[in-house]
Amino acid sequence: MTVETTPTGILIIIALMAVVTLATRYGGAFVMSFVRISPRIESFINTMASSVLIAIIVPMAFSGDAGALAALATTALTMLIMQRPLPAIAAGILAAALVRLFTG
Amino acid sequence: MSATPYPYQWQPARVRAEFFRLLPISLFVVAFGAAFGLAAVQEGLEPLQALLMSVTVFAGASQFAAVDMWGTEVSLVPLLAVVFAINSRHLLMGASLYPVLRELPPVKRYGVLLLLTDANWAVAAQDYQNGRKNLEVIVGGGLVLWLAWVIGTILGVYFGGLLKDPQALGLDMVLGCFLLAMALGGKKSPRTLVAWGVASAAALAAWRWLPPNIHVVVGALAGGVVGFFWLETGRVAKPRPDPEA
Repeated sequence: MTVETTPTGILIIIALMAVVTLATRYGGAFVMSFVRISPRIESFINTMASSVLIAIIVPMAFSGDAGALAALATTALTMLIMQRPLPAIAAGILAAALVRLFTG
Repeated sequence: MSATPYPYQWQPARVRAEFFRLLPISLFVVAFGAAFGLAAVQEGLEPLQALLMSVTVFAGASQFAAVDMWGTEVSLVPLLAVVFAINSRHLLMGASLYPVLRELPPVKRYGVLLLLTDANWAVAAQDYQNGRKNLEVIVGGGLVLWLAWVIGTILGVYFGGLLKDPQALGLDMVLGCFLLAMALGGKKSPRTLVAWGVASAAALAAWRWLPPNIHVVVGALAGGVVGFFWLETGRVAKPRPDPEA
C-alpha cells in the first residue's frame, strides 16, 4: 500500500508513525501488567535492561569507523577510571572528532 | 501503614532537578535534531511537517529512517515496519521499568511513558539497578530531551546549513558514549558480565544475519535469558520496599 506524499498523505503517515511509536512506548509496560512478577521474571527484566545498552553499543562499535571505536574506547576507559559520566562522554566525543580530523 | 496500591512517592522538585541533569546531553540532541531537520527538508518534507513529526514521534533513529524512505509515494507498511523495528527497544525499556511503574496509578504511569526515550530510560534503569526508584527522570529528562529535539528540528529545517557535518565533530557518537557510560556506571556482577557477553554475541549475530533493525531486541532478550536462569543470590541487599508493607 502506497500513500502519495500530498499534504494530507503526509499527515496520515506522520500520525501513523506517532501511533506505532507510542505503541512501543506503552506496549512493554502494558504487557507486563498481566504478568505476575516473580523473582525469576524480575531477574529476567533486570538483566535484559542492562543488556539493551550492550546490544545497542556493540554493533555500533563493529559497524563504526575508527572515530566511533576511539569514542567508545575512550568513554569506557575514562568511565572506569573516573566513574563520572560527563567527563567520560566528553572525552569520547573529543576522541572521535580528533581521530576523524586526522584520518579525514 | 496504609495499603495504597500505588505507593510511589512522586517528587515534583526532582522532576525539575532531572530536567537540569539531562540539560548537557540535550545540547547534543539539538545538533541531532538539526541534522534531522536538514535531512527531512532535503527529502522533500515541508518544515512544518518535519516539525510535526519531531513533536509527535520523538524518536530520532526511526525518523531518520522514515525520511530516508521518502519519495513522491511512500510504501506505508514497510515504512511502519521499519519504524516499529527501530523503536521496538522501547517495549523492553518500558517492561524493564514496570516494577517501578506499577507503583503509579495507570493514568500517571502512561503519562510518564509518553516521554520514554533512550537517555532518560538509561538513567532510570541505572538508578533502579542501584536501588533507587527514579521515574522523575523520565518526565524531567524526557521534557528537556523532547524540547531539544524539537528546537533542533526547527534550527535544521530553517538554518540547516549551519551544521552540515555533525560527524566531523563526533556528535553522532553522543548517544553511544552516553549509553556506554550508563552501562559501565551500573552494578556489575558476574551474572551481568555473562549476560553482556551473551547479549553482545546475539546482537552481533542478529545484526550480521537477521533482517535489519532487530539486533537490539534480539541481543537484549538473549541477555535477559541469562537472568531468567541465573538468579542472583542475596537479593535482599537491594533496598526495594515491598509495596504491600
